[in-house]
Amino acid sequence: MRQLLHNPAGRAVLSLVLVVAVGVCFNADGTFFRWDTHRDMLRLVSVYGILAAAMTIVVVAGGIDLSVGSLLGLSAVCFSLFSIQWGWGALPSVCATMCIGAVCGSISGGAIGRFKVQPFIATLAMMVFARGLAKYISSGQKISTAVIGADGAYVYIPVPGIFDVIGMRVWDDNIAVVTLLMIVALLAAWVFLSQTVPGRELYAIGGNDEAARFSGVSIPVNTVLAYALSGLFCAAAGIAQAAQELQGDPEAGATYELSAIAMVVIGGTSLRGGTGGIHLTILGILIIGYLEKILSINAVGEDTRLMLTGIIIIAAVLFQKKGA
Amino acid sequence: MPGICFREITKRFVGTVALDAVSLTIDEGECHALMGENGAGKSTLGKILAGIISPDGGTLAVGGKSTAFRSARDARVSGIGMVHQELALCPDMSIAENLLLGHTPRRCGIFVDRGAMHADARSLLRAIAPELDVRRTMRSLSIAQRQLVQIASAIGTGAKVLVFDEPTSSLAETESNRLFGIIADLRSRGVTIIYVSHRMPEVFDLADRISVLRDGRYIGTLTRREATHGALVRMMIGRSLDPAARMPRSHHVGLPLLEVRGLASPGSFGTLSLNVRAGEIVGLAGLVGAGRSEMAKAIFGLDPRCTGSVAIEGKEISRLSVRERMKAGLAYLPEDRQIEGLAPVLSCRHNFSLTIPEKIRRLLFLERARETALMNTFFRKTEIKAPFPDTPASNLSGGNQQKIVLAKWLARDARVYILDEPTRGIDIGAKSSIHGIIREMAADGAAILLISSELPELLCLADRIAVMRNGQLAGEVEGNFATQEALLRMMSGL
Repeated sequence: MRQLLHNPAGRAVLSLVLVVAVGVCFNADGTFFRWDTHRDMLRLVSVYGILAAAMTIVVVAGGIDLSVGSLLGLSAVCFSLFSIQWGWGALPSVCATMCIGAVCGSISGGAIGRFKVQPFIATLAMMVFARGLAKYISSGQKISTAVIGADGAYVYIPVPGIFDVIGMRVWDDNIAVVTLLMIVALLAAWVFLSQTVPGRELYAIGGNDEAARFSGVSIPVNTVLAYALSGLFCAAAGIAQAAQELQGDPEAGATYELSAIAMVVIGGTSLRGGTGGIHLTILGILIIGYLEKILSINAVGEDTRLMLTGIIIIAAVLFQKKGA
Repeated sequence: MPGICFREITKRFVGTVALDAVSLTIDEGECHALMGENGAGKSTLGKILAGIISPDGGTLAVGGKSTAFRSARDARVSGIGMVHQELALCPDMSIAENLLLGHTPRRCGIFVDRGAMHADARSLLRAIAPELDVRRTMRSLSIAQRQLVQIASAIGTGAKVLVFDEPTSSLAETESNRLFGIIADLRSRGVTIIYVSHRMPEVFDLADRISVLRDGRYIGTLTRREATHGALVRMMIGRSLDPAARMPRSHHVGLPLLEVRGLASPGSFGTLSLNVRAGEIVGLAGLVGAGRSEMAKAIFGLDPRCTGSVAIEGKEISRLSVRERMKAGLAYLPEDRQIEGLAPVLSCRHNFSLTIPEKIRRLLFLERARETALMNTFFRKTEIKAPFPDTPASNLSGGNQQKIVLAKWLARDARVYILDEPTRGIDIGAKSSIHGIIREMAADGAAILLISSELPELLCLADRIAVMRNGQLAGEVEGNFATQEALLRMMSGL
């Protein structure tokens, strides 16, 4: 038991077990034991989970990315624009959207790594800018399949196939495609952070940037890489969001950055950088996901739900700190 | 009359015992020096008295009363103050604000009474440093001036005991002399002084009695009359330093590997030229602030403002990045392992392999087996005692941490090593094993530039010793002919 409490993963697992135990107690007449409850929970956290994977990459390097929610909105708008209004194919739409995300991330990364702007400030600026850009591109309107025709009346154009693919469930309806997307994103982020040399160097920058620099690690290059990857993941989340909503909403993703940060820190990754990783973020995602789901199946109102979530976030983080 | 009485004080840090049942009595009104090598525990003892750290065992009595300070504030209330090496208090606040922090004069209960604050601050400073303007920020002061403000602050709050922790380590000669004058004055006013230092001359000048600690244990106390240089050295290092212990230099010295021509950086060092040949250890001596580390960093490519040329094996590298210089065969072990050498939260393994990405990668991916093999080889070579390579480096003792920094550079198989204070703050065992490794590196044909503030270390390792003073090369002596006195004269320019 002591051993279990001694590392952040052990503490996060324990938090998760506690949350699930609450679900077992308050199972809403057995609702909690049905697979579709878990399937829906996973679908609901999927977009947040992809953002949390992005956030983990920059937090490990001692940074923070406040622009993830706005970049999600921008990507959702761009993706809808390309595939619905401009009629591009699935592949070019996805690639172009991912490129836009990565470029936005690189700009934040360049400001931080090359020009030494604090991550909080640089990504705050990107957060505001990207939101503005999303509104500019969409003229403030949701980009949907309803377009104004030549005679001024709405014409409904067919939903592109890629939207249907991402929005559906597979394996006898047992898992949503967006959940699979989240799993791929988490897996990719895990491989990057723990199995590659650049990932290792991000930990070193987060752990002690001066020592990293003195060891020949390039701080600008790695920082740009981290934020570019974060932007890339945000674009994937934006595509998933657009496909689920069948439209590109320029307001999509507002305050999502806060949920992503909460998932990362509840898992036990320190905002100071250098420690933690995707395995902890996965636990953080599940803790928040189950918490929300348990409260909603027990018909707890949104007001109470938000207050309880706030309390539980601070409790979980205090628990993480206590063992450290 | 016993002023302060330490009884069986023990303090453990992760992996090391900093103090091992130390008992020591300090009389009221005396100036008592605490001596010992780096890591002997002398600063720890001072900090325990000042309430900054609390002991794990033992008792502390002040004025015959047993006390247990839980904070620096507690100690201060009991009349004990501490002057830290380089502490700047709140650097962006003014001297007056810092001096009166916690008891700022108020107007109407909440507003700061600036006039009264400045007047109070000036009266506190009057005895110590009347020339300082109390409105200046701490950041704008020199280290010596910051110390004066700390002294004024402690005396102003009625301190009867003052702990000085290596106060002269960053001071120039004149500033030190002024500090000694102030200390003598304080003593004549009945203030008990505890003076932590490892510098003999100033201890002989100031102290009534001298206590020596070694590896966390109390060794003994001598009065000034009894103390001799030789006796103190024996107590501090546990044996007498034998000049004949210098290693015979039988290895072959080859062609120049590191050639520095006309290197200069505005504000830190002048135009320098230096050669280090294969198999040669060149020592670089100098006082703090002489520009040695600055030059080392410039050679390694960490100073964008520097001009001049640096060549490794005849290949010009002064336009290259750090990583490219490393590829050309250069390695730099930095001065401060906590800030520049290690990432303490990362594992030992991770810290070690940071310098060798190209050796442990296949395409983009890490090859853990290869990394483990390399790590085992170099940890064995440097005799690192890490219980588990995946624990954070901060769990290791200072000596083992330093060996990890050394191991990560050894793993690069560089041609030229710049070692900046490679044995600072580590125990004697680790020190001698690092010395052995340095000799081996030279015997294998590497060129080594060794920066050290410990003259005996330079004398026993270096083939040649270059001396820097105020950013310039002040001279060079053959290792065989160098003496501490001659080097000290060149370092200080007397």
